[in-house]
Amino acid sequence: MKNLPLLFCGILIALAFSFTGLVLSSYIQLGSLAQTTETLDEIGNFVDGDPLYPAKMLGSAQQGKAVYIDLGCVYCHTQQVRRAGYGSDIERDWGKRHTVARDYVTQGSVLLGRQRTGPDLMTIGDRQSDANWHHLLLYNPKITSVGVSTMPQYAFLYETREIEGTASAHALQFDADSNYAPAAGYEVVPTARAEALVEYLLSLQLNYSLPEAQISE
Amino acid sequence: MSNAPHSNSQSTSTDSHVRSVLSEIDASIRFPALFFVIAAILWLVVGTGLTLITALQSYLPSFMSGSEFITYGRLYPAATNAMLFGWGCNVIFAIGLWIISRLSLAPIRSGGMLIIAGLFWNFGLNIGILGILAGDLNAAEFLEIPGYATPLLLISYALIGAWGILAFRARQGKGVYVSQWYILAAFFWFPWIYMIAQFMVVWFPVRGVVQSITSSWFAYSFQNLWLTPMALATAYYVIPKVIGRPIHSYALALLGFVSLALLGSWTGMVQLIGGPIPVWISSVSIVAAVTMVVPVITVTLNLYLSVKGERAVVWRSPALRFVMFGVLSYFFANMVGSLMAFRSVNVITHFTTFSIGQDQHVIYAFFSMVMFGGLYFMLPRLTKREWPSSRLIYCHFWGSAFGITIVIVSLIVGGWLAGNQMNDATVPFSDVVESMLPWLMIRSIGVVCLAIGHLAFIINFLWMLFATGFIRAKHGPTLLDSANQGGAA
Repeated sequence: MKNLPLLFCGILIALAFSFTGLVLSSYIQLGSLAQTTETLDEIGNFVDGDPLYPAKMLGSAQQGKAVYIDLGCVYCHTQQVRRAGYGSDIERDWGKRHTVARDYVTQGSVLLGRQRTGPDLMTIGDRQSDANWHHLLLYNPKITSVGVSTMPQYAFLYETREIEGTASAHALQFDADSNYAPAAGYEVVPTARAEALVEYLLSLQLNYSLPEAQISE
Repeated sequence: MSNAPHSNSQSTSTDSHVRSVLSEIDASIRFPALFFVIAAILWLVVGTGLTLITALQSYLPSFMSGSEFITYGRLYPAATNAMLFGWGCNVIFAIGLWIISRLSLAPIRSGGMLIIAGLFWNFGLNIGILGILAGDLNAAEFLEIPGYATPLLLISYALIGAWGILAFRARQGKGVYVSQWYILAAFFWFPWIYMIAQFMVVWFPVRGVVQSITSSWFAYSFQNLWLTPMALATAYYVIPKVIGRPIHSYALALLGFVSLALLGSWTGMVQLIGGPIPVWISSVSIVAAVTMVVPVITVTLNLYLSVKGERAVVWRSPALRFVMFGVLSYFFANMVGSLMAFRSVNVITHFTTFSIGQDQHVIYAFFSMVMFGGLYFMLPRLTKREWPSSRLIYCHFWGSAFGITIVIVSLIVGGWLAGNQMNDATVPFSDVVESMLPWLMIRSIGVVCLAIGHLAFIINFLWMLFATGFIRAKHGPTLLDSANQGGAA
């Protein structure tokens, strides 16, 4: 290769092309997506008085999301529902509709994920609304799992302590015959991080429509 | 093309002037390159150890789950980043700088600066990996290193990359060999993609799924425009040197380079097929991923034809044996990659270990194996000592080759079966998890083989570095004899 200017330009332009074509143009298309109402009126404006979706996450759930990220949950759990007919996401009741770009616009960091070692969690708050169930699962996945689970324990998010006076209202509720329950006189109490994490998991819901993705009954 | 640039002209040169210049260059880069090699090997130890732990954790969930610092979700990204930025980048710095300064006939000046830059790179990486273990990781693949550590990486890289470009600028002679195109291009590409990803994903995250699009673009560009060109440059350099004749075709080399440059960074959205992004974005990447067969076939064909008829030489030379294993893996990995881009295939393989196996295929079976070959070629020239033990080289080759084959096959086959089960909604999810268990166990056996291979390599390297008395007794390069397994050269 003798034509060095050509080589240099080629090196730079090759990458500039893909940056423009993929990153910049998707930014132009999606970068300004915003919340909207579930349906639009005839001329395409928000319906007056309807709430905006996707809703912004509460502060406690935001803290839980930070825990979700720092424990690396994203390596085994996705947060996206594929359309009916492409994969079995809808048949598995992982969501009533597929997810679209707008579902993520209020999120600080987007956790689509690429491995389903465990089930998708986009709608886990819809599927399991019992906080105690989530706590038991995190404390020891064997307690709640039906069949085999390869999920690690997050017992380090919980504190087993002697009951002093009255039992804590936050303590985990075990089944009467559970092998995993603490010894008599002890209780398992979630730390603040565990509370926040469960708060976040409960907030993962997809029970609203968007103009471009309606829930079909 | 004057000066027969595609002939890697020094390769066969017996010209004493060129030889003396080369040995001057080797002397100028000896300490920086050895520094990077040692750093790379230390990270290889860390990465292999962490990979082994996560491989066990994947089917023994209670193994090392007592503390958050050693939970799977932290060890896994720590392992990936140790392998990519620790082993991968350090070995690139060593071999890439060495090759480009040799081909440019330009000694490295003030190598001390390079060592300082290297110290900062590895210091930054240490902070980054510890940050991941402490829970400061970013939730984007290959970009987990916390935002407070990456400026250090970028600044130290600026120095290291600049040294490569300066060596190229100071080159003698008119011809620019194909390895130089790849190395020069990659030295420009890496900081660019890394900087963009840092800005758009880590430091000032853009809104919504554009983040995921940017990080997928980065992850694939990192493979195709950083690891791949550096490994191909090494293959293009080592093969003619050992075989003793020029590469087969200049035209094929040019086509392979240009098509990789044009297509390599377009394939990332394959990772988001079926996801919440506009369909056109993934369609563009599907087209690019399928078209990637062009650079892959041209390069593999070119390198294959360059060694054609020299099977015995390839098999006897440790460097070539590793390099050719890597080149063949380049072919197979990318063929599987192109296949995986079709929507009808992707619907099965997506979200399964298939895609992890595919990453291992590119990063280990191709990139790392070629770089091992590069090290087997480079280190005797830098240290002026031969490899002490051909048995250990055998052990390394078969440990790595066998181990990575087990890893890839188990992840790909297991992933394929799991994907089919997952798409059948009548199969409960826990059954999918259960049927993955044997494959994950097999994978961990493969990782153990890799660890044994790496151990053999490290022993051989340390022996070479420190046991001088033994080496002096040897004459001629250490070769592998296929007829007499384990026989010394």
